[in-house]
Amino acid sequence: MDLTYILDKSPVFVAAAKLTLVLAFWGVILSAALGLMCAVTRFYRWPLVSQLAGAYIELARNTPLMVQLFFLYFGLPRVGLVLSGQTCAIVGLTFLGGAYMAEAFRGGLAAVGKDQVEAGLSIGLGRFQLLRYVVAPQALAVSLPAISATVIFLMKETSVFSIVAIPDLMYVAKDLLKEGRGAETNFLLCAAYLTIILPVSLIFARLEKRLRFAGFGS
Amino acid sequence: MLDSALKVFTMGRNLARLLEGLGITLQISLTAVGLSLLLGVPMGLLMASRKPVFPALLRLYLEFIRVMPILVLLFLFYYSLSKFWNINLSAMSVSILVFTLWGAGEMSDLVRGAVTSVSRHQWESGRALGLSEVEVSLFIIIPQAIRRLLPGVINLTTRMVKTTPFVFFINLPDLVKVGQQIVEVAGMRNPLASVWVYGFIFLIYFLICYPISLFSRYLERRWQN
Repeated sequence: MDLTYILDKSPVFVAAAKLTLVLAFWGVILSAALGLMCAVTRFYRWPLVSQLAGAYIELARNTPLMVQLFFLYFGLPRVGLVLSGQTCAIVGLTFLGGAYMAEAFRGGLAAVGKDQVEAGLSIGLGRFQLLRYVVAPQALAVSLPAISATVIFLMKETSVFSIVAIPDLMYVAKDLLKEGRGAETNFLLCAAYLTIILPVSLIFARLEKRLRFAGFGS
Repeated sequence: MLDSALKVFTMGRNLARLLEGLGITLQISLTAVGLSLLLGVPMGLLMASRKPVFPALLRLYLEFIRVMPILVLLFLFYYSLSKFWNINLSAMSVSILVFTLWGAGEMSDLVRGAVTSVSRHQWESGRALGLSEVEVSLFIIIPQAIRRLLPGVINLTTRMVKTTPFVFFINLPDLVKVGQQIVEVAGMRNPLASVWVYGFIFLIYFLICYPISLFSRYLERRWQN
């Protein structure tokens, strides 16, 4: 392996990693928001919206991100809706992630005992207060492993973004491979993904451990 | 509208080609699931055991597989094997290899979870009744573990199916790649081709994965206790 080549090309990978990170960040944040909305509508069983959310969750969870992206990027412009590559990437990731987040939150909400809800209602909490002070704190602790799995899953899924012409890590690596330096390129690619995903994985692992100590979660 | 959809799928051998692509998709995911089970079960049992070195090593392997995007692994194996080790594998073999490496890791964790979730009392009670270690595993632990394992295995299967479009990147003519080729040709005369073709592929994936997810959820609910 040629160290000078690696040093020479690392700025390209740093830039691509930054882009990947930014897109993943927005995807995760928006997914969490969408997922929370879906989970809450299903928790309260609001008619119609809750069924709609359910249908959306099934649709997004049972289809691959790549196909969703292809549809957004190549299909929609034909019916008059042109989205840029980056918009497609974030919309696609949110469409996918929202459903996974909704399921993660739902798992947590379902784990909070009925007695808790009844106890809350009986001391006169409103529906919102019940969710905010009784259900949500307990649910979040139970949901955490599923949330962390989803965040990491979404970060890994960003690796397909090059199909909507985004110069992310895979795109850069594919481009560099033409120079015939396979070992160096692959090393940089692996190192870049490890650098952005491993810390997130470790932080979540720590968080889960602390919550378990606190007696929340399982 | 519908006319243009009909044209895309009836033109040439388009529909047949899409189905062939689907065949590749299923071949990769099903083979990989089978091999993952074969490898993952002994790995999981090792992880659940209290022997020293192995569990730690397997844990490390699992963490690596979990953090690395599958696409990167595919890329790595496809472009490195032939170059550095002079191993020439077809894109198909590389896909199955990578999906198995990933699946075996995930499977081992599922098996570990299922085995350790059967409480230790069961094991000790069995031994106290005079059953041998093999008998306890065979008649007490494994039947309970399988019930806890099965929903996870089915889930992993849908995840595999949903990950197969990645083989697009190493030029395997799977469902998505075939779809793209069809759109490239038909799209010039038929502007709506991409909507129909990608919509169709979306639907196919949904029709495969949704029933499997439903089945897994059904099992989970039925075997809850």
